[in-house]
Amino acid sequence: MTQEPKVRLRDLYKIFGAKDKEVLHHVKAGMSKEELLVDHRHVLGLQDINVDMQAGEITVVMGLSGSGKSTLIRHLNRLIEPTAGEILIDGVDVMGLSETGLRDIRQEKMSMVFQKFALLPHRTVLQNAGMALAVRGVDAATIDTEARKWLDRVGLQGFENHYPAQLSGGMQQRVGIARALTANTDIMLMDEAFSALDPLIRTDMQNLLLELQDELHKTIIFITHDLDEALKLADHLVILKDGAVVQQGEPQGILMNPSDPYIEDFVSDINRARVLRVKSVMEPLNGKKFAGDVAIGDNLESLIARSEGDTTLHYRVMDGDTPVGELHMKDLVKALVPRLSSTHTE
Amino acid sequence: MAFYDGIFNTLGLRNWCGEGASEAPMSMADLLAKSSGEATKEEFFPFPSLDNLSESCAGIIQSRDVTKGIENGFLAAKPGLKTVLDPITQPLSWLLDGALWVFATTPWFIMVPILVAISWWASRSKPVTIFVFAAIMLMGLVDHYDVAMQTLSIIFVCTGISILLGVPIGIAMSKSDRLQRSVVPILDLLQTLPTFVYLIPLIFLFSVTESKLYGIAIILYAIVPVVRLTDLGIRLVDQDVIEAANAFGMNSRQKLIGVELPLALPNIMAGINQTIMMSLAMVVIASLVSAPGLGVNVLRGIRNLELGVGIVAGIGIVLLAVILDRVSKAALTRVDMTRVKH
Ligand SMILES: Nc1ncnc2c1ncn2[C@@H]1O[C@H](COP(=O)(O)OP(=O)(O)OP(=O)(O)O)[C@@H](O)[C@H]1O
Ligand SMILES: [Mg+2]
Repeated sequence: MTQEPKVRLRDLYKIFGAKDKEVLHHVKAGMSKEELLVDHRHVLGLQDINVDMQAGEITVVMGLSGSGKSTLIRHLNRLIEPTAGEILIDGVDVMGLSETGLRDIRQEKMSMVFQKFALLPHRTVLQNAGMALAVRGVDAATIDTEARKWLDRVGLQGFENHYPAQLSGGMQQRVGIARALTANTDIMLMDEAFSALDPLIRTDMQNLLLELQDELHKTIIFITHDLDEALKLADHLVILKDGAVVQQGEPQGILMNPSDPYIEDFVSDINRARVLRVKSVMEPLNGKKFAGDVAIGDNLESLIARSEGDTTLHYRVMDGDTPVGELHMKDLVKALVPRLSSTHTE
Repeated sequence: MAFYDGIFNTLGLRNWCGEGASEAPMSMADLLAKSSGEATKEEFFPFPSLDNLSESCAGIIQSRDVTKGIENGFLAAKPGLKTVLDPITQPLSWLLDGALWVFATTPWFIMVPILVAISWWASRSKPVTIFVFAAIMLMGLVDHYDVAMQTLSIIFVCTGISILLGVPIGIAMSKSDRLQRSVVPILDLLQTLPTFVYLIPLIFLFSVTESKLYGIAIILYAIVPVVRLTDLGIRLVDQDVIEAANAFGMNSRQKLIGVELPLALPNIMAGINQTIMMSLAMVVIASLVSAPGLGVNVLRGIRNLELGVGIVAGIGIVLLAVILDRVSKAALTRVDMTRVKH
């Protein structure tokens, strides 16, 4: 990860209210969201955000309702103006752009998928999918082939001439994704894209996204309030609380070493066996007798099934064809118990 | 000796008032009293109106001076207003006269199919189209075809112009809160003003022989709903969709044409429907100022107590109203259907 991050947020602050710049120094001096609201009638949206989003990765921003997730993602394409700070995309500060410059990067660099789909109700599925290209002024034939290609890819062949209202929620969101993919941008912004869908369809859509990402290697910024979803999708996980980042990093690392009681609470009731992967609990290769080989990306649940609960076993961990470490079932069992800070255990 | 003499005396205004009120022209009330031959009765405590006050004090104007003053003001402003308004509004006269001519000269066996075709195109509804045909034939049967066509042609022109002006005004209002705040009171005024009152300043400005006189009255009255509902419709467009349009980099023209107007269309159509109905209401009243059509017959019915003439014309108006309403409502539900087609 030595390359320049694709998207970079530097010291970003957002305060909602008429005199946001004037109350900024209070926030910088450590005033809390409640105090700011009571004393100055301004809402603290984001404070001191520093996040690097790498090209080709899925960065998941997670937090409870009202933590500022939507506010954060809308800064990337400046649907919301920051109070202070820098937003760098490919090293260019979005804040320095003219109106046309901004429109250009919205058209060429970023596409967005919305929680409520936000499709054009009076246009067909095909026209909706081609919307971004139509905005750019691409010729109709190209729009048609591109839109059809991506609609096929998300499993909507045959629905091209339907209207959004004729589709189920899951299908509408597939159109939303096809629309973003047809735009053919490096960056995809997804604000709770799957939150309005029921659990089964949601899992489908997550798998679809991962499958597409394997192929396309886009820079995806994904917002969710669901930890399972976050852990499933994230290469880089950012946890927000009251507009501030409480912890960010590799998701397995956050799960194994939560830095804050807030996050411990968060991670305490998820199915760790399903989320944790071999990679997070393996040890360096030491050469014992192994019961078999496991892949580095397998989750612990599959291993438990395979060992039939025998905690005395050892497995060799393979990354493709090369052995990279070993895994003791005892460590695996230990990792299943969430580490709780002293406040919780005593 | 008038009631308020004492007050002016005690206030020391006698000199300013001038001696006695005798040289002042007689007030309206006196005039009336005199002509009916009754002696003016002294009221115990008359209302301190201009007429009563001026009886005690010649320095105070009479009420008829006020109306006179307003009239003079209007007359003084008239040449200036006319030089500005006449050229602007002249095309309206041409349009109205032209439309009346077209509707009058096109033979009925061509006109009726055209109207039926228009209703079919707008409504795509068989019952509505059949009703339109039947209603026109019925009016023709009682020899009201010509007057009905006159009324219809005026409505076409006035509604067309109302839409042409009203939709852009509504769009501008939806984009600017300031503009909205200043236009809404004008719309309120236009809507609350009794229809007859419109006609008064217009009669001063334009001669009754000009078609634009009633054209302006109808447009002023009928433009209100289309303006209001265009503004409302655009403001009510789903903000999520607008956000998507922004996120994909649409400029404001693309947004307006590709998103806002189509999504506001059902509301705009509802406004157009009301505009049509209000044109019809006003075209009847405008027959007072020489607008031709069914209204003239209604007026004749009232003035000459020709009950039958009035009622037949009235039924003709109702039929026209139902036709226009059905067709525009059917068109409205049709555009609504494309949004949520299940
Ligand atoms: N336009 C605005 N004016 C004032 N306050 C706002 C505005 N938009 C957001 N906020 C405030 O900013 C905070 C963060 O809002 P945001 O919508 O980003 O939350 P979120 O994390 O996306 O929540 P959710 O999961 O409910 O979507 C909230 O306290 C909200 O009240
Ligand atoms: Mg949100």
